[in-house]
Amino acid sequence: MSTSTISRDPGYPTDRENYLTNSSGILSWMFTLDHKRIGLMYLIGVMTAFAVGGLLALGIRLHLLDPEGWMFTGAEANNIYNQVFTLHGAIMVFLFIIPSVPAALGNFLVPVMLGAKDVAFPRLNLSSFYLWCFGAIFFVSALFSSGLDTGWTFYTPYSTTTDTSVILATLGAFILGFSSIFTGLNFIVTINTMRPPGMTWFKMPLFLWATYATSIIQVLATPVLGITLLLLIAERTMHVGIFDPEFNGDPVTYQHFFWFYSHPAVYIMILPAFGIISELISVHSHKHIFGYRFIAYSSIAIALLGFLVWGHHMFTSGMSSLTTIIFSALTFTVSVPSAIKVFNWLATMYKGSISLTTPMCYAISFIFLFTIGGLTGLFLGTLATDLHLHDTYFVVAHFHYVMVGGTLIAFLGGVFHWWPKMVGKMYNESHGRIASLLVFLGFNGTFLPQFVLGSRGMPRRYATYDPEFAFLHQMSTYGALLLGCGLLYAFIVLMLSLAKGRRAPANPWGGATLEWACTSPPPYYNFERPPVVGDPYDFHNIEWDAKEEKYISTEPERKLVPEETPGQVPAHH
Amino acid sequence: MATIDSLSSESETHDEHGHDHDHPAWLAHHFDTPEQQFDSGKLGIWLFLVTEVLFFSGMFCAYAMFRMLRPEVFEGCSQFLNTKLGAINTGVLLFSSLTMAWAVRCAQTEEYKKLVVMIASTLSCAMVFLGVKSIEYSHKWGMGLLPPGSYFYDEANPHPTAQQIVDQHGFSESAAYFLTHSLYFLCAPFLILLIGVAIWAVYSKVTDKQFQYACAKPLLVVCLSFFGGVGLGMILESGGGEHAVAHVDGEHAGDHGDADHAHADHSHDAPAEVAATHAVPAFDIESDDAAIELLAESELNTGARAMLEAKQAQAEMATGQIVAAGVEADLGIHRIEQDVQTKRQAGVFFGIYYCMTGVHAIHILGGIGVLVWLLIRSIRQDFNRQYFGPVDYVGLYWHLVDLIWIYLFPLLYLIR
Ligand code: HEM
Ligand SMILES: [Cu+2]
Repeated sequence: MSTSTISRDPGYPTDRENYLTNSSGILSWMFTLDHKRIGLMYLIGVMTAFAVGGLLALGIRLHLLDPEGWMFTGAEANNIYNQVFTLHGAIMVFLFIIPSVPAALGNFLVPVMLGAKDVAFPRLNLSSFYLWCFGAIFFVSALFSSGLDTGWTFYTPYSTTTDTSVILATLGAFILGFSSIFTGLNFIVTINTMRPPGMTWFKMPLFLWATYATSIIQVLATPVLGITLLLLIAERTMHVGIFDPEFNGDPVTYQHFFWFYSHPAVYIMILPAFGIISELISVHSHKHIFGYRFIAYSSIAIALLGFLVWGHHMFTSGMSSLTTIIFSALTFTVSVPSAIKVFNWLATMYKGSISLTTPMCYAISFIFLFTIGGLTGLFLGTLATDLHLHDTYFVVAHFHYVMVGGTLIAFLGGVFHWWPKMVGKMYNESHGRIASLLVFLGFNGTFLPQFVLGSRGMPRRYATYDPEFAFLHQMSTYGALLLGCGLLYAFIVLMLSLAKGRRAPANPWGGATLEWACTSPPPYYNFERPPVVGDPYDFHNIEWDAKEEKYISTEPERKLVPEETPGQVPAHH
Repeated sequence: MATIDSLSSESETHDEHGHDHDHPAWLAHHFDTPEQQFDSGKLGIWLFLVTEVLFFSGMFCAYAMFRMLRPEVFEGCSQFLNTKLGAINTGVLLFSSLTMAWAVRCAQTEEYKKLVVMIASTLSCAMVFLGVKSIEYSHKWGMGLLPPGSYFYDEANPHPTAQQIVDQHGFSESAAYFLTHSLYFLCAPFLILLIGVAIWAVYSKVTDKQFQYACAKPLLVVCLSFFGGVGLGMILESGGGEHAVAHVDGEHAGDHGDADHAHADHSHDAPAEVAATHAVPAFDIESDDAAIELLAESELNTGARAMLEAKQAQAEMATGQIVAAGVEADLGIHRIEQDVQTKRQAGVFFGIYYCMTGVHAIHILGGIGVLVWLLIRSIRQDFNRQYFGPVDYVGLYWHLVDLIWIYLFPLLYLIR
């Protein structure tokens, strides 16, 4: 380093500071109020849920290997199939995808990116986690009692007449809803009131913008799901006659209520993923994010517009044709802000110096897959085509492209990006990259054939099918197996890093947001005093230190302290 | 940087309050100033209230829709609600909002005695509200004014005995016993609570535990208020009761008359409505059938044949000609058309009524929980002019619960 610059590097934490080790014992985790520990516990929780949901998914795919059904046999085969796909969907949506990015990564990152010591309400944060656990217990008990076969959407009147454990599962979802509401509330308040001096709204990292927009949806939409599920429970137990046609209720009302939450919920899933991708693309291209304000505003626009389009799930449920036209038109408007983001990411990469690290591999896969998912959404939003495609595999493929190809891939990218920060260990890059390639190939192998299946008329949620679809279904199943292997590989890469990984420097990728300004892992108090805030995407003074294999931030030497100590006599008498 | 600084001071303790000696005990370690803490809490509670409003909005939507679809049901059934009791409860809640607001002021001015009195009065009002509510509920349950699944009101015999409920309406013995004795069941938990608090008060008095006694005393009053409410409700229900019930029965008898084509005005639309619901599906089925029948002529077209069969089965079930094999006789459409203008329809009103007021009552119970916590904290004198946030936040919550009732009362009781 030249003498005219000084470099800043926080070094490594001591065991007493490291948030992972500063206190020990199971109780110090169970009652922790530290957002980082809570985030880590969430991470373990959602990954477990993902593993369970993933195994169920493999069950579905294996069953569909043969037109007559392969995996489940006997008289109950179709019922088992119904239960498996329902639980797969419900677990993945409520226990994994919705809490994945906001609750796990968000909890870890939001306060650190803000240079704050914790979220605004640490106790509420811990209780959100326990609510999540309770919700999970309810789901598992539904699984072990009489199962659930309504599909994740719990449509009435089937859900009020089936004798599976609808009540347990809806109670679980209800509780999970509150977990989600409290997390969102906590983040809104934290971002509003705890930004450090100098961090104006437009100096916030885009991940925080995305989290903020997500939180708005969580707070505004989830209560409606809560009351819907509560009324559904009341309908089942007391027959209150709101959703059940047998008692003069109206099932379409249920669908309206349900989608009023669940369409915004798909943005709860995808917005944080957008936030992650904005960070990843900029950091690993070592280039200032293109169109910062557009990306920030488009998150908010999506959050608000997302409330107006729920009817596109009900084009065939018997709404008036005027209503369907309006909902269709509104649906198209939502895709505009999503497209804005994609173009801005591409522009960021253009002429950047891209390092093809593992997180960046995931980010690039994301752009591919999300684009496909979003564009196919337009076919579904078009009335004339949706009448054919509704409830076919085309819809299945669409939402897996946005939820798995979008959110899951971004989540993985985020985990690989912040893993060194969270656990203080580097993983093996080349293995990480191979895993991401397997995931990409496996994913496309699974879901690309499903677009074709759907457009040829294969309906969703069927346990058996016409032999003409066999080839594509088998292709999809082999893709799923490859995808499973890829995910397992990625998991092993992470786990091995814990045992064998190199100690992570404070700033392994050259990021400029605040989380890279504290040690890896951060001390339990994050920052002793509010850190200096700069442009989160200005990489000019971040330099690669080849000897130590890490990035350090440099700044021109400034004489902050006067050379001489002031005289003993005060200036004014 | 953070780490380097603290490395140099290894000996310094880094427990939660280690480096913030300027933090008063009530200021959480992750906040810099009392203002920041207060603002965070305030924003937090406002957001929470937004979620509460949205939570109720689902039910208000349902109310609006069903009212629009069946105005006559809502008009007829709302007469079963006792306006006097509703009005009393409205007054009680409004008063409790006053005492709550006053409590916030007292916390700010550090008038601890008054603060305790105000919170205890708010709590007592909440209890009176619940007392009156249990009279309302138990009265209706006894008459069978229940959600459609269990509705059994019979104007010829509005107050059946348990045995009659079992015999005529097919309830189980225990359910019938519960319905006819529901007031006792509703009061029982509060009675247990009252006895518990009384024992606690005596015990703490005897063992001279000042603080506990100071808590138990107001709580005893609070528990008693529940029974005050029950008493008040009983007087109003029975005093004006004879008249009210007779009046209600009279008007409702009119409603039932409609079904028997007695009254002039309503009887017109009711059959017309039924006819309309008949006509629409019939038309559809026929026009589709023609095309499908054509297709089904080919033996190879199994799809069309299956569809035709399904359509025929549907049509038969819809007209109630047969009961499909293996399906319970209780199949929807058929049953409802018979029951138009009677029990099942009236049940829809009560379904919504119980959902809305029930969820509201749960919010009152929740409010009581946090108010008790506030009461204990204010007896401990936790609050001061810089730190009164919790009182303020609970106050806001309480006002919202109050406000929701202000909407429920006219919508359910008053509008005809
Ligand atoms: C980019 C703009 C998008 C458009 C225009 C769009 C449009 C649609 C439409 C019209 C449907 C209904 C199809 C049918 O049932 O016939 C649908 C289904 C679905 N979409 Fe999207 N979508 C978009 C993005 C997303 C995103 C980002 C997610 C989630 C992260 C998502 C998740 C889903 C899910 C889960 C379903 C199926 C729900 C079910 O029936 O089980 N979509 N989408
Ligand atoms: Cu949607």
